[in-house]
Amino acid sequence: MMDRQEKGDLSLVALTKSFATFTAVHPLDLTIPQGSFFALLGPSGCGKTTTLRMIAGLEEPSGGRIHIGDADITGTKAHQRNVNTVFQSYALFPHMTVLDNVMFGLRRRGDKQARAKADDILELVQLGQVAGKKPTQLSGGMQQRVALARALVNRPDVLLLDEPLGALDLKLRRQMQMELKRIQQEVGLTFIHVTHDQEEAMTMADSIAVMNTGRIEQLGDPATLYEQPRSTFVANFLGQSNLVRARVNPGGTDHIVTVRVHDTDLEMAREHLPEGVDDVWLGVRPEKLRLGEAGGPNHLRGIVRDVSFSGVATQYSVEMPWGQELIVVQQNDGTARAALGETVSVSWAAHHGFALDASQDAEAGAELVDDHG
Amino acid sequence: MAETAVLSTGSAAPRSRRRRNWVPYALLLPGLLWLVVFFVLPMVTLASQSLQEGNVDDGYVFTFNVGIYLDALKQYWPQYLRSLLYAGTATVLALLLAYPLAYFIAQKAGRHKNLLLVLVIAPFFTSFLIRTLAWRTILSDDWFVTQWAQALHITDLLQAVGLTANDSLLSSRFAVIMGLTYNFLPFMILPLYTSLERLDPRLIEAAGDLYASPWQTFRKVTWPLSLPGVVAGTLLTFIPAAGDFINARLLGTTQTTMIGSVIDSQFLRVLDYPLAAALSFILLITIVSLVSVYVRRAGTEELL
Repeated sequence: MMDRQEKGDLSLVALTKSFATFTAVHPLDLTIPQGSFFALLGPSGCGKTTTLRMIAGLEEPSGGRIHIGDADITGTKAHQRNVNTVFQSYALFPHMTVLDNVMFGLRRRGDKQARAKADDILELVQLGQVAGKKPTQLSGGMQQRVALARALVNRPDVLLLDEPLGALDLKLRRQMQMELKRIQQEVGLTFIHVTHDQEEAMTMADSIAVMNTGRIEQLGDPATLYEQPRSTFVANFLGQSNLVRARVNPGGTDHIVTVRVHDTDLEMAREHLPEGVDDVWLGVRPEKLRLGEAGGPNHLRGIVRDVSFSGVATQYSVEMPWGQELIVVQQNDGTARAALGETVSVSWAAHHGFALDASQDAEAGAELVDDHG
Repeated sequence: MAETAVLSTGSAAPRSRRRRNWVPYALLLPGLLWLVVFFVLPMVTLASQSLQEGNVDDGYVFTFNVGIYLDALKQYWPQYLRSLLYAGTATVLALLLAYPLAYFIAQKAGRHKNLLLVLVIAPFFTSFLIRTLAWRTILSDDWFVTQWAQALHITDLLQAVGLTANDSLLSSRFAVIMGLTYNFLPFMILPLYTSLERLDPRLIEAAGDLYASPWQTFRKVTWPLSLPGVVAGTLLTFIPAAGDFINARLLGTTQTTMIGSVIDSQFLRVLDYPLAAALSFILLITIVSLVSVYVRRAGTEELL
């Protein structure tokens, strides 16, 4: 039973969860390839944890199906699924030793090599020397690794991680992110990682589904999501964005199209413009903007209203003539600098701009970004 | 505290330190005094009384009469055995009744939790004696309980297993055990509730996630984590039930006399103080030894 190699992709088909007063997850279609590191990213209450719990079997879907490979597991109970979870609170059994915690799943299945497998996995997470201790005697980071080992040792078809790093401090979290990524590559299992931390998701995952109010806003690899967000929510939730109201000018070439922003024509790549929209938000990431004229053909002039130095980079707020402030993040590489109150040019290349349908709220998702994320 | 000591200057620092040293003892004092006056002294008196000879009219002389313990055991061993048996059965029954109830209140009752807890304690608003007397009415022959039990042949079944002597429910082992179970049930429910209330429901989810069926989850996670409550509840039920004499007297017959009744009548009616004292001591020693073996076997030191 344990050596079943044919696992297959996880697919969710129109998976839905409704509670009495609201719908937590709207019909969701998603296929997660076997062996990938997948992140479900979104603010709290977006339905990501509910989705995870439905996959684990801890929550019953209101509709839709869940498949692993060819097997439909929708109707099975949690203990019948070859899916394991690393819980946010770790949920380690306090009355058992670390070793007994790790062997719990193997023993329930009557695995004869439980002890050897548990020893191996504890070695992998570097906890061999504390196998005989109780979880409460360990630090948060160690408990986290026990929780990971307890789930991993079962070699599940899918490993679910429910914000497993949320309780750790920043430094330990960075370290565990690397560790998790390394372990995932080593064991080759499908990992689904639920998080509200956009940086964590981008660091670790092969692909990310950004969720908002029970729906997937956008699905893709981290770089595509960051460079070409398709909604204001994604643009704001993943990193910062400057969004400026613009009108698309008719004409242009196959590659370049111009948009009009308050009497200035600006260039952008045609492939970054959604079809059939004239009113847009023109978006540029703060680090793509340059102080001075060297950044590219697009220029806007404004007054520096705020300067904050953070070592590697300096962040400027530049007020445009129409009152909006653009955020410019400038590497401290000794090139451009500006002082408070100075009038400066801000420039960027055509392919760094992206356009979003102007019918959306420009602030969507911005207020939800976690500060220490 | 340490900060205050560092910041204060001159003679103030040593004085405050001295005061702090005797504060814990001062806090202990009222309780300690209480225990000395109402527990230690009576125990010593009782022990000395059990070793005296004489009678109420002529007075008692201390003769170190250890033989009375053997006589007491020889004469009253059936009552001791019965007490332990009835109390043990009542404890098991109370555990079986209380566990699901406590689990429900602790984990599933939601906003009704407090109301249900009040209902558990509600019987304490009337006296123990009144409640037990009420059971005489409930189990009397002309009430529907007995009549239905007869119609459903439950009485026949009880008689067959020796819990009743005839067609009635009252005045039987059955009635005494029921009474004990009923009267001490809240003492079982409350500690169980406290233990189960602390049980993190996420641990139950985790067990299910790790392939444990509901029964395995109960056996491997819920039950071991509730052991402190089980131990506390069984002790709080068993100990008073073993020494109880009201239930046996009001709901039983001379065939169901428990050791509490014997002690009661030796003290208050026969006025054989040394025998009554010896009987009390034997009960005390029996219970203390049983309990210490039990607590050690349950191995809950780490969980408490």
